[in-house]
Amino acid sequence: MIARLDGAFEELARAHRKALVAFLCMGDPSIDESVDLCVAAAEAGADVLELGVPFSDPTADGPAIARAAERAIRAGATLDRVLDAAARVRARVATPTVLFTYYNPILVAGEARVVARAVEAGVDALLVVDLPPEEAGPMRAAAAAAGISVVALVTPTSDAARVDAIAVASRAPRGGPRGFAYYVSVAGVTGGSTSGLEAACARAPEIRARMARPVVIGFGIDGAASARAAAGPPGAGPDGIVVGTALVRRVERGATPEDRASGVRGLVAELRAALDAP
Amino acid sequence: MAPADPGAASEGEAVLRTYGPYGGRFVAETLVPALDELERAVATVLPSEAYRRELDRLLRDYVGRPTPLTDAARLARAIDPEGSQIERLLLKREDLAHTGAHKINNALGQVLLARAMGKARIIAETGAGQHGVATATAAALLGLPCDVYQGAIDVERQAPNVARMRLLGARVIPVESGSRTLKDAMNEALRDWVTNVATTYYCVGSAAGPRPYPALVAELQRVIGDEARAQCVAGPGLPDAVVACVGGGSNAIGIFRAFLERDPGVALFGVEAAGLGLDTDRHAATLTLGRRGVLHGALSYVLCDDAGQIQEAHSVSAGLDYPGVGPEHAHLKDTGRAAYLTATDAEALAAVRLVARTEGLLIALETAHAFAAIPAIAAREAGRLGRPARLLVCLSGRGDKDLATLMAHLDAEGAS
Repeated sequence: MIARLDGAFEELARAHRKALVAFLCMGDPSIDESVDLCVAAAEAGADVLELGVPFSDPTADGPAIARAAERAIRAGATLDRVLDAAARVRARVATPTVLFTYYNPILVAGEARVVARAVEAGVDALLVVDLPPEEAGPMRAAAAAAGISVVALVTPTSDAARVDAIAVASRAPRGGPRGFAYYVSVAGVTGGSTSGLEAACARAPEIRARMARPVVIGFGIDGAASARAAAGPPGAGPDGIVVGTALVRRVERGATPEDRASGVRGLVAELRAALDAP
Repeated sequence: MAPADPGAASEGEAVLRTYGPYGGRFVAETLVPALDELERAVATVLPSEAYRRELDRLLRDYVGRPTPLTDAARLARAIDPEGSQIERLLLKREDLAHTGAHKINNALGQVLLARAMGKARIIAETGAGQHGVATATAAALLGLPCDVYQGAIDVERQAPNVARMRLLGARVIPVESGSRTLKDAMNEALRDWVTNVATTYYCVGSAAGPRPYPALVAELQRVIGDEARAQCVAGPGLPDAVVACVGGGSNAIGIFRAFLERDPGVALFGVEAAGLGLDTDRHAATLTLGRRGVLHGALSYVLCDDAGQIQEAHSVSAGLDYPGVGPEHAHLKDTGRAAYLTATDAEALAAVRLVARTEGLLIALETAHAFAAIPAIAAREAGRLGRPARLLVCLSGRGDKDLATLMAHLDAEGAS
């Protein structure tokens, strides 16, 4: 059986389409509403949902996602509750989901337990921002045994040797799901500069070849123009793009649940159209 | 360096983590090559003759090392009037180092390293401001621009150090996120570093953070213990116990290092901040009440809740107001080689006054936690030894920066 996430990327590749990965901070502004926002993003054309677990000290994130995390923590969001929410998202849409988190909540809850709960909740992959592949061995083993993947990150500071090292350290076991690699477009935090998108797009084929799995580009994508710059033309560039901060800002700006849902739907539809335009 | 605890970590982990199961590198991938670069520089530059010579010269001619050992006889008698528990009380005088604390040992060493690595800019986090002042000083001396992140609450309560940093040409950036203290300053410094990693050197102030920082900082601070041990051996003899305050733990690891393996009979005590009390949630007693977790790039003890969210620490001393601790201390606690006690805000404030009135020394509030634990440690050691004990205490910094806090407490007590 082909894992849901791998199947989604294969289907997109066959259709010569690029994946749109949408990040939302779960629990912002409430767990219930973030489930609705995930469904809205999926229905508007997101191919993969990244379910963000809010963390008190998000050192890889810029101010927008850090504020969202603060709101979510105040609203009572925890890793356990985000996993409950993931199950509710899974019950409503078939879109593959990635649990996006910092490491401490996983470490405190126990890696094996988190992996088991994630699988139960229909989560397809884990992405742990502050867990380089050298530190991720036990978690990757637990994930692979349970049939889900761990997303590896590659950055502009990763030279060819480092990319190869990441590829080896993060390789899926035989028969295990491949998942994808996440290419961070700039050295920096989320929601920062768009300056690295063209270079990232140009480098994506090399990363795909070295990593032997689909590659998506994230950081700095906030609308149609930057989405096109990151994605490049069909047949070139990465296999998809990730949008996070721009969606989180839509949620932050919306005054009512309807505003927030239409903000998310509008941006996802805009990016979908930008990616699918000939 | 302590040997890995067999069975505590798998073989792969033991290579990566330096202190039993603790340490490691839990950072965004962007920073991994920068940590590799730093690790290579630590391995090649630090042992080089040119670096060693320049650092030794600066420590002697600029910092004023070696710092003296002071026999605090009046303080000893005030704590132990009978003389039944304390034979001698020796103070390692890091307050006499340039800029007023041990922090300069590390800052000078790291900024020299940054220059050797060709970095064009220095950043640092600071709590009490001592590391910020030390880094700003080293950057001024070596002609490098310096930005210091400091929690907005600490900017307020450590105003003299903010002024010093600015006079030294550093830019002080108040951090308004989270608890607005040291933890948040370090978050912001990490965000800056990840953004400017090619040109910027991050001068970490404590023996914490991702590999190789804990080892680098401990190596640069070991001069405290190396000097103190030699001074003890040349005069009063080896101490029975060594005492230091622990926030991140750099002065403690610096003074412990010389005794750690060579003198297994010398007891090592770290003293954490108990804030308003261990029965409240307003403390910074990470080793005493924390659990295994990851904060700021290392696996160590942290204060966090059941969901893994880092908790806000509290201490009257900004330098100990931190919910993490260096990974080597976590290992020393687990192996039992060092013991960790606590002192409350009130006990630290009382210790400041006692030391000032008996010895004429105005000690920092951080340092005061070590002094507040002397009665308990003296009783314990005298019991263990069956005779009065020789104690060596790290006087890690002077208290001028704390005058506003101290006067507020004095006034409050005067009014009651």
